[in-house]
Amino acid sequence: MKNLLNEFPLLAVPENGKRLVYLDNGATTQRPFAVLNAVEEYYKKNNANPHRGVYDLAMRATDAHEGARAVVAGFLNAEPDEIIFTQNTSEGLNLVAYSYGLEFLKAGDEIALSVAEHHSNLVPWQRVAKATGAKLVYLYPGADGRLTKEEISAKIGPNTKVVAVAQVSNVLGLAVPIAEIVRRAHEMGAVVVLDCAQSTPHMQVDVKALDVDFAAFSGHKLYAPMGVGALYGKKELLEKMPPFLSGGDMIASVHEQSTTYAPVPRKFEAGTRNVGGEVGLAAAIQWLTALGWDEIEAHEQALMQHALAGFAKLPYITVYGDAAPQGRYGVISFNVEGVHPHDVATILDADGVAVRAGHHCAQPLMEYLGINACCRASFAVYNTIADVDQLLESVQKVRGCMGFGDQ
Amino acid sequence: MGINDLYNQIIVENSRSPHHRHAVGGATISLEGVNPSCGDDITLQLRVKDGIVQEAGFTGEGCAISQASTSLMIDLIEGKTVEEANQLAGLFFGMIKGEVTGEDELDALGDAVALQGVSHMPSRVKCAVLAWHTLQDALGEQA
Repeated sequence: MKNLLNEFPLLAVPENGKRLVYLDNGATTQRPFAVLNAVEEYYKKNNANPHRGVYDLAMRATDAHEGARAVVAGFLNAEPDEIIFTQNTSEGLNLVAYSYGLEFLKAGDEIALSVAEHHSNLVPWQRVAKATGAKLVYLYPGADGRLTKEEISAKIGPNTKVVAVAQVSNVLGLAVPIAEIVRRAHEMGAVVVLDCAQSTPHMQVDVKALDVDFAAFSGHKLYAPMGVGALYGKKELLEKMPPFLSGGDMIASVHEQSTTYAPVPRKFEAGTRNVGGEVGLAAAIQWLTALGWDEIEAHEQALMQHALAGFAKLPYITVYGDAAPQGRYGVISFNVEGVHPHDVATILDADGVAVRAGHHCAQPLMEYLGINACCRASFAVYNTIADVDQLLESVQKVRGCMGFGDQ
Repeated sequence: MGINDLYNQIIVENSRSPHHRHAVGGATISLEGVNPSCGDDITLQLRVKDGIVQEAGFTGEGCAISQASTSLMIDLIEGKTVEEANQLAGLFFGMIKGEVTGEDELDALGDAVALQGVSHMPSRVKCAVLAWHTLQDALGEQA
């Protein structure tokens, strides 16, 4: 991978005289000039309210909005009218929970989800379960953090109506066996709701090949601005679902006592959209995919292998989930024996190394792993082997700093 | 400020010190304090009689700053009146906010002055003040 740091203004400038080693990409990435410039260009040259004006500028804004949709559709191998712009993954998953879950689930139905789900793909389903009388059924990974075929067959059954899973866990970094899950879910007549927040930055996601029913992702984890994301849904499902939010631009006609809705996807896009963000998202997708998926995966895999090999030499480090790099994308969660993750993160920060510490919005997984919190180093295409070396060097200072005499 | 000034010897030792980690016999109040965003979680127990904090102890988990702060606080408040304990909490908040900096003024905080470095670390303020807020809430309920 060529050195990309100079394309990222935030990363190119030292902070307090130190180079920033940014390893919190699972939370949000930085943005390249290609994205920042595209957003600026939109507001400088093409900004108006799409779908509303007949004048030329409004047409250009509409083109920017719909053009971005086409880029997102291409990215996921979907049709443009199967792509709904959202704020982020959470909004996409909430849309499915409320518009599909509340409408079509009833008492006795089951919602199957992994215990590793981010709260975004868990709390909305808890609310659906409470409202409809449906039951939440959890899939538990084995000791290596991976879901087995047996667990999939045992938990997805004839009563399952929705299977909600993250393609890649934001804590374990491991990809779930999605083909197996989709096959079983469809055999049982359930729909699959895929949280792609942590997968889209690291691998090609083809919703047609995966045959998932819904898929949601965020722009800001994918080098795009905050506040924009997308939801994919199979068109026949989207068409039978009621709207989520209602108001401007999502209607066909409104009378005093009744409304007919716009066709999908506009039925789900009430109010003025974040077109600048959508343009940024399209630019981010084009920038990322131009690097080539093979090269992206090879580079990130090399970073991962280097980090895992380094951690394996440190006996006081525990890595969560199978420490083999195969099927692991972008994320390594770990703890330093005897030191709380927040103290680890503060000590790393003193060396300019930014990692996340906490429960990572996955408290049921923390409970399942028997820990309160952990540290997470998460990678992006612009990270380098030197970044990983700095992480490994700094992590070796932690126990000394906290008064353990083993170094 | 270097990282070793934040994690100085007093904080490191007190973060793991077991001497106040226990239930309090005949406790008159027990209160849990939690920082939901980071998971620091302590339960503070006090035996207050005749307006005096006779004994205090805690259980729980959290980062070194939160645990050391709790332990150092208990060192300080045992044997003090409720009013004195509240005043010490006010002084501690003043130190952490950077509003009270004079050595003489802070003298009453004893070894808890070792946490002064947190006043330069906004991200860790919540950890340092958890025990003291829990103390104030507990004393408030007691009254």
